[in-house]
Amino acid sequence: MAEPQEDLDPQAKHILTPVVRSGWLFFAVVGLLGGVFLFANLAWIRQLDEGLVVTGLNDRISWGLYISGFIYFIGISYGGTMVSAILRLTNTEWRRPITRVAEASTAAALMVAMVFPLFDLGRPERILNLVRFGRIESPLIWDFISIGTYLAGSVLFLYLALIPDFALMDKVLPKRVRFRRVLYRVFKMRWEGTPAQHAKLERALFAISIIIIPIAVSAHTVLSWMFGMTTRTGWHSSIFGPYFVGAALFSGIAIVVVAMAVFRRAHHLEDIITEFHFKKMANILLVFSLAYLYFTLSEYLTIIFQPSSDEQALMRLLIDGPLAPYFWFTTVSLVLVTFLLAFKPTRTIRWITFAAVLLNISLWLKRLIIVVPSMAVPLVPGDVVATYTPTWVEWAITAGSFAAFGLIFAVFSKLFPMVAIWEIREGAHATSAPQAAPGGTAPVRAGGKGGA
Amino acid sequence: MSDEAHRPAEAPADLESAPPTDAARRSFIKGMGIAAVVGGVALAAGESALSALGTHIQSGTAGHPENRFVMVIDLAQCDGCKKCTDACNKEHFVPPGQEWIKVYTVDDGFGGKYSLPRPCQMCENPPCRNVCPTGASFVNKDGLALIDQSICIGCRYCLAACPYSARYFNWTEPPHAPEELGHTNTPEEPWPHKKGVVEKCMFCVHRRAEGKLPACVDGCPMGAIYFGDAAEDAVTNGQGETLPLRKTLSQNAAYRLREDLGTGPSVYYLPPRGRL
Repeated sequence: MAEPQEDLDPQAKHILTPVVRSGWLFFAVVGLLGGVFLFANLAWIRQLDEGLVVTGLNDRISWGLYISGFIYFIGISYGGTMVSAILRLTNTEWRRPITRVAEASTAAALMVAMVFPLFDLGRPERILNLVRFGRIESPLIWDFISIGTYLAGSVLFLYLALIPDFALMDKVLPKRVRFRRVLYRVFKMRWEGTPAQHAKLERALFAISIIIIPIAVSAHTVLSWMFGMTTRTGWHSSIFGPYFVGAALFSGIAIVVVAMAVFRRAHHLEDIITEFHFKKMANILLVFSLAYLYFTLSEYLTIIFQPSSDEQALMRLLIDGPLAPYFWFTTVSLVLVTFLLAFKPTRTIRWITFAAVLLNISLWLKRLIIVVPSMAVPLVPGDVVATYTPTWVEWAITAGSFAAFGLIFAVFSKLFPMVAIWEIREGAHATSAPQAAPGGTAPVRAGGKGGA
Repeated sequence: MSDEAHRPAEAPADLESAPPTDAARRSFIKGMGIAAVVGGVALAAGESALSALGTHIQSGTAGHPENRFVMVIDLAQCDGCKKCTDACNKEHFVPPGQEWIKVYTVDDGFGGKYSLPRPCQMCENPPCRNVCPTGASFVNKDGLALIDQSICIGCRYCLAACPYSARYFNWTEPPHAPEELGHTNTPEEPWPHKKGVVEKCMFCVHRRAEGKLPACVDGCPMGAIYFGDAAEDAVTNGQGETLPLRKTLSQNAAYRLREDLGTGPSVYYLPPRGRL
């Protein structure tokens, strides 16, 4: 197999190698994920054929794993926005090696999320009725618009930051990868790397970093309003907007940490993404962890103190009902994660990654216990608490969506480097004299001109 | 509205000053940026323009704006026999698992029980209609909340929004009675029933054309369910007994379900007094 050629510095060469070279582990992982993905497709075909009767949903609890999965994937898409946009705007130098992973995570998560509503619709073939007959008064249409805008903005963000690397790859990748080189040539947009072009790219990235933040905040706020605008206990709460946005940032940054750990290992980036970066991310996670605990306390305490029978029924369901194990797992793990992130002995790459994985499990469950218990509460006099047990079809489709997320990442890793080479070069350039052979030096820390 | 949405796509003035090679890329980048932001707005504009079209689909729902149909259910008379549910199921070929009028057994808190039939509450301000993304849930000229199953996408947002659990979903292709098959599905006569769309009680709007009371009213052997037009201030039960509406509601301290939510139900309940 040919290596990236030309007069590349060793570090860039090192980062680019996995784009053209795949080890057995890559194929093993893709095979495994592909298997899960195919199985999920079979489950979906069955669901399309028989109808949603193959799920555990019913007339009382009519939303379940699909809707909570939708919220979860929109949520984890926030990681890229946070890391890339906010850290770029604040000229935070240590962002450089992880922006690409973060932006890719946003794009991948949104691509998966956009498919989720199709799983849940009784008539997925009529999805375009949202455009043909859309009623702007419906919060679901607000969702459709804000999430669509957010997806477009995120893809643009990922793409803009890729242009210099496309140009680099067009130049240095072996002739063998002919198809991809055509893509690179088209998408590099005649990038020559001139100072004028650099200045313009920086300006564009600065602009999109600013624009994407309100768009992202609106996407999850509006999603929370889909619930908040109903009369249901537990949903009808003004904390829902900030709560959803907080949870989204929290899980989104955690998924970036997981992706950092995966690609650090898989692409041998140990010298580029270091413990230093994990600790910085742990700091951000810690802030969100505390904020999230605060939101959670505010949410449940106001419910507990309401003598209303609806609120009491909801609280009993949470602490003592069929979903109570999820509630307690979520609550305890959030506290545990806070401690793991705060204290020195567990501020290592391994533990921070563990905390990030745990966080994603617990925030996925959290979405489930937001959606389901509020629908289980009886509304009509004499009615009973409703129950919902997801079926294998729902679990298979959910597993398939995680597999799809991984597969999109796998495709990304063959299309472009998982570390933005130009951003690192620019950072190194700004810090000191051009490094002759960086290959494996300390991460770029402070100083230098970043964003715009 | 659509004009407004297109306007930002024009190139801003400073673009002309850029060198020719950069211009293409810059305009592309700007175009994409604008597309991202404006796309949503354009979509919204197009949608509201098109939502007017949606009303054409809901054919044959002519009614009279002065009509206000109400149901009065005398809980003291209801013995919980569920004949209303049976009559409804038969009338509309209601798919199995659904009870458009469902009879609940309520613990009165003092050691007794009573029965409470729950049809669609036909809210004046229906939460189901308010959240519906396509207008499939709509209110006809009679003020009745109906469903146009030909455009329903089956998102079940209305099930989440309804505070009376009055809506049902066809989770699979329902079994069909021979009589329903030749029929055309309309909001007033929603059969043959369709997979993947939402269903509910429609106050037997189709029977009114024939001068008949709703099936549940006719089917109630106790004469506990009354139906009528509030504009006429009279309601009638299956036994042909007609009551003055306002006087009856006032004298019996009638109430509505979850009145505090402000949905304005059209179903009034007379308290279960003096039952055995």
